[in-house]
Amino acid sequence: MTQRTKTGTRLPAVVAWLLMMAVIIGSSPASAELLIRITEGADSAIPVAVVPFSESGNMPSGDKVSSIVRDDLTMSGEFRPLAPEKMLSLPSEGDEVYFRDWRLLGQRYVLVGQLTRQGDRVEARYELFDVNREQRIMGATASSSVNSTRSLAHHISDKVYEAITGVPGAFSTKLAYVTLQRSAGTSMYRLQVSDVDGKRARVRLESDEPILSPTWSPDGKKLAYVSFETGKPAIYIHELATGDRTRIADFPGLNSAPAFSKDGRSLLMTLSKDGNAEIYKMDIQSRSLKRLTNHWSIDTEPAWDHTGEGFFFTSDRSGGPQIYHKPTENAAPRRITFGSRYNARPRPGNDGEYVYYVHQRGSSFHIARTNLETQEETILTRTGSDESPSVSPNGRMLIYATKQGGDSVLTVIAADGGAAYSLPASEGDVRDPAWSPIVR
Amino acid sequence: MKVTAHHKLFAMVLSLGLIAGCSSIGETTEDGAYDSDVSAVDQDGGSTVYGGDDEGGVSSSEMTEEQRREAEARAERAEREAMRDITTFYFDFDTAEIKSEAREVLVAHARYLQANPNQDVRIEGHADERGTKEYNLALGERRANAIERFLIVNGASRGQTETISYGEEKPAVMGSSESAWAQNRRVELVFQ
Repeated sequence: MTQRTKTGTRLPAVVAWLLMMAVIIGSSPASAELLIRITEGADSAIPVAVVPFSESGNMPSGDKVSSIVRDDLTMSGEFRPLAPEKMLSLPSEGDEVYFRDWRLLGQRYVLVGQLTRQGDRVEARYELFDVNREQRIMGATASSSVNSTRSLAHHISDKVYEAITGVPGAFSTKLAYVTLQRSAGTSMYRLQVSDVDGKRARVRLESDEPILSPTWSPDGKKLAYVSFETGKPAIYIHELATGDRTRIADFPGLNSAPAFSKDGRSLLMTLSKDGNAEIYKMDIQSRSLKRLTNHWSIDTEPAWDHTGEGFFFTSDRSGGPQIYHKPTENAAPRRITFGSRYNARPRPGNDGEYVYYVHQRGSSFHIARTNLETQEETILTRTGSDESPSVSPNGRMLIYATKQGGDSVLTVIAADGGAAYSLPASEGDVRDPAWSPIVR
Repeated sequence: MKVTAHHKLFAMVLSLGLIAGCSSIGETTEDGAYDSDVSAVDQDGGSTVYGGDDEGGVSSSEMTEEQRREAEARAERAEREAMRDITTFYFDFDTAEIKSEAREVLVAHARYLQANPNQDVRIEGHADERGTKEYNLALGERRANAIERFLIVNGASRGQTETISYGEEKPAVMGSSESAWAQNRRVELVFQ
């Protein structure tokens, strides 16, 4: 259904009703779950044994906590978990761990644990051992409701990851993305949120007009995105817990590329209401606008830098799209990329060392990064139609959209290149991934 | 689609040329039947019957000249009419430059809009799938704006036009080939 209305024209009630029906703010559960395909692991991956946890009491059916932890660690590309059938013993507490056995199996770390059912909750007690040093390096308990042992497993993965690497894990974070199914002249866009392994996907918005550019608020409770549901692009803020939505920007022309500020109070966005695509900052409460770029060229795709004071953006002021950085809102922009004639859609790493973006090389589009200090540019992907990079909140991984056999899929790689897994949709395209912040 | 439109246009121009040829040696009555003929031609938009069987018709050179001009104008109008079948305009990668072959057709659209002030047009800008979605939204808008400016400069009024960019979201042709991309980098005029 396409809408051909101009601003100000009144829609007949029936049409208005149909329009509302075209946009379903959704709770259809797990309708289009992503699959997961682990394509490679890094050679330097650390061998780790995640021993199946002992269980007392009635446990929920479905994937075991320890196997989810194993999958998480594998996905990171930094670990190579041992298959349980190769284990010589299955200890569930420290006294039962014989380091000699694990050393024989070439393991660096061993995780053991017990799960106990307590009413409608499941409690996990778990311990992590360093095999070479024969030391217990972590012991903790955590619990979850019976229905969310997946969250419990991701939490344990985060703790294990942090204990070994010193960097917080990002397995409990979420992905927002858009799936697109086209059939016989109609399109169905679905904004979804899932775990980082693609599980527990839920549709949050459904429309036969485009949905684009989802982005997270810093508290992980809201998404901002662009939807064409009225026939024209507008920016919405969507409360995930309640499904409440606010149409925050609906100016003539473009309303696109929203990005929350660090304090969550303002949004960067691209508007063309003053003639061509420029970047503005909107105070969400008052809706007042401040214009941050002023050039006849296209300025778009803003992303705050790690300081929260400055921002990166794409501009074609040099003739083709390139990445620029403004260290403060009012500073002069500095050009960052020079390596090819098309560099766009910057996303900063979490510590200010790198900026990631889409880079054209020959006829291919890759994800690349530039070291902001040395200016050194590295191409990170081997696929060739790559888009929409989003860096994990711990800075260790990167998700992007690429093509596989004609369909768009999400692919996760280590932020320095390396290991990868992909998340194809069971049907159609999946695109525009946005990695949530870590919420404590 | 493009080819069909061109063929049609070519056929129209040919037939118009023929008509113009006829009229230059055409016979008309001296009593002003000429004028009524012209208005009849205008009314049924190009199907023409000249003269009648008055073999002794006199034609002054002045009238022939005028007649020729009229015929030319008619031909031009019909040609423009035919050109307006073309409503999709193509662009090169990452540009919003209107191709020279599109200009004449766009002038035809602009004149039509000028002559029909109640006619609105929606100018839809598109990009191919390469590059980034948000940049492509801006690029689609730049293309739509370029076409809008051209229409306005050539006679359309601002109130008649509306632009929207879909970026890479609504490809005309599915697929990831050079030919699909070329057909997707476009602006479409939708008359409402």
